[in-house]
Amino acid sequence: MTESPHSLVEVTGLQKYFPVRSGLFSRVSAWVKAVDDVTFHLKQGETLGLVGESGCGKTTVGRSILRLMEPTAGQVRFEGKDILALGPKELRQTRRRMQIIFQDPYSSLNPRMTIGSIVSEPLKIHKIAKGKALQEQVDQLLMKVGLRPEHQSRYPHEFSGGQRQRVGIARALALNPKFIVCDEAVSALDVSIAAQILNLLRDLQKEFHLSYLFITHDLNVVQYLADRIAVMYLGKFAEVATAEDLFNTPKHPYTQALLSANPVPDPMAKSERIVLPGDVPSPLHPPSGCRFHPRCPKVMDHCKTVDPPLIQIGPPENGHQVWCHLYS
Amino acid sequence: MKTVISAQVATKPSVRADDLPEHETPWQEFVRIYQKDRLALAGFFVLLALLVIAVAGKALTEWWVLFDPEVVRLPDKFFPPLSSPSPDIAASDRPLGGLYLFGTDELGRDVFARMFQGSFVSLSVGFVAVGISLLVGIVLGGFAGYYGQVKLGVMTVDTLIMRFTDAMMCFPTFFLILTAVALLPPSIYTIMFIIGLTSWMGTTRFVRAEFLALREQDYVTAAKALGLPEARIIFRHMVPNALAPVFVSATIGVATAILTESALSFLGFGVPPPYATWGNILSDGKGFIFDAPWLFFIPGLAIFIVVLAFNLVGEGLREALNPKLRRR
Repeated sequence: MTESPHSLVEVTGLQKYFPVRSGLFSRVSAWVKAVDDVTFHLKQGETLGLVGESGCGKTTVGRSILRLMEPTAGQVRFEGKDILALGPKELRQTRRRMQIIFQDPYSSLNPRMTIGSIVSEPLKIHKIAKGKALQEQVDQLLMKVGLRPEHQSRYPHEFSGGQRQRVGIARALALNPKFIVCDEAVSALDVSIAAQILNLLRDLQKEFHLSYLFITHDLNVVQYLADRIAVMYLGKFAEVATAEDLFNTPKHPYTQALLSANPVPDPMAKSERIVLPGDVPSPLHPPSGCRFHPRCPKVMDHCKTVDPPLIQIGPPENGHQVWCHLYS
Repeated sequence: MKTVISAQVATKPSVRADDLPEHETPWQEFVRIYQKDRLALAGFFVLLALLVIAVAGKALTEWWVLFDPEVVRLPDKFFPPLSSPSPDIAASDRPLGGLYLFGTDELGRDVFARMFQGSFVSLSVGFVAVGISLLVGIVLGGFAGYYGQVKLGVMTVDTLIMRFTDAMMCFPTFFLILTAVALLPPSIYTIMFIIGLTSWMGTTRFVRAEFLALREQDYVTAAKALGLPEARIIFRHMVPNALAPVFVSATIGVATAILTESALSFLGFGVPPPYATWGNILSDGKGFIFDAPWLFFIPGLAIFIVVLAFNLVGEGLREALNPKLRRR
């Protein structure tokens, strides 16, 4: 599965540990295992939704792929190239083809630059266009994301959250990328604006044949946008499946609990709420065996000691994977 | 659920120009807020006047000598302010306008001319000293903040720079200056350098703190993701956003430097004669405080007004650059 030749992004065994330093000489006393052995792939034009609770490592996965953080171990291949082995120069070239959209539209734009210079900066620096051609491209980008070209001379503080998010999208699109990490791209927006941005992202995906890694904690959002969904718990994947399979036949007890907590806009709908006991354990001291076992309603004895292996549900071409002892 | 979200968004939105607030550049915004503070505005005009006076003072006492601070007229010693010269003074030695505006000192020198000359010295000592301390502070603080985690042997760059800063802060600055001035050849440039090189620690800490905060801002991450060169990230995206508090402390720093120079001159370690500075006029006058109080009060008052004006401007800048007062 990871060897699929059509994959745009292939992530294998990705790990990111953050050192915890303490004491007089700042010795490393412990490791926060933010991401532990994550493997997935993403095809051209596909959207992979990455869901999970706060602090489960979603953002770390996104940023490690773009090498905005250096992963501790693992491999990231983008268009067949090993991203983690690139020198600074090649990395800069490769970054033109992979971009990121941020959660907070207030901190993602430099307050001292105009919208025009924010969007045109990458084009200028990578010497893609200059002069009149540059101006035209910037105009087009702004129109693509639903802003007007005459807004270029304005500063970010003069825009609303949704408008700023559009500027952030225009900036990400400027270099004509193939792959965009949307890091909670709509979580900071209110529902109607979020829906506009989601539609915009979908239109852009069709037009430019983009691949998204869509990081969110909102199940409705991923269901709307994602082709496949990965559920993450405490630094590890719990389940990966197509959006349809995941919502209709969730296998992992954690996925089932998540889905049962998702509000359904139908007052008549009967749903059985699975309430998980306790809190998410600290990634400093993750539980032994299956990381979900202290909260799992279906916990078995060997869950506490043995890390669950990857299990394929149904035919392999469906790509429904679950990491749970219940199915072995 | 898909239908629910798409139903909310019937039409593709576009932003109209008229739903944005009136266009305002950061500079216009700054001026608008700063003008509200009457005291700061008054301080600003005082400083503007002082700047003109200082430049005129340099020009009219050294280049085109309209006011000669060095003419000794022994018969006219200790004339009070606004008195006319005695008839036996040669026409070439008479002050301009035939009036000792600020009186004369124990050698019959025109105090107005001396104050006029001293204004340039005091102000240039203030600005050059602060310029040096800003340069050192921004470079060291920037390094500590941006490259702080780089290891240099047993310690990080951050540790090295910040512990050195702490060590410098431990010295009683004034005595350090006194020692240095006593050992080095006396000149106005020595004074500027020494004051500058003993006052950069606050700036370093400011800049480091700002850089640490800015490095985590999404727009800096975005700049990295766009593959912008490091120099551009630092100078275009970080420095302009880190400078606001630095300017505030620099304004107050000028006042402190002027005070330090006056104190040094007062103690006889300052700018050597023939330069008149406010500090050494004050120092010369202290022996005649009962016979000729103007020799003491005029430079004292001048120092007081300038230091007050700088402090008021500093306060006003702090307010005007405070992001919480911005219109969002």
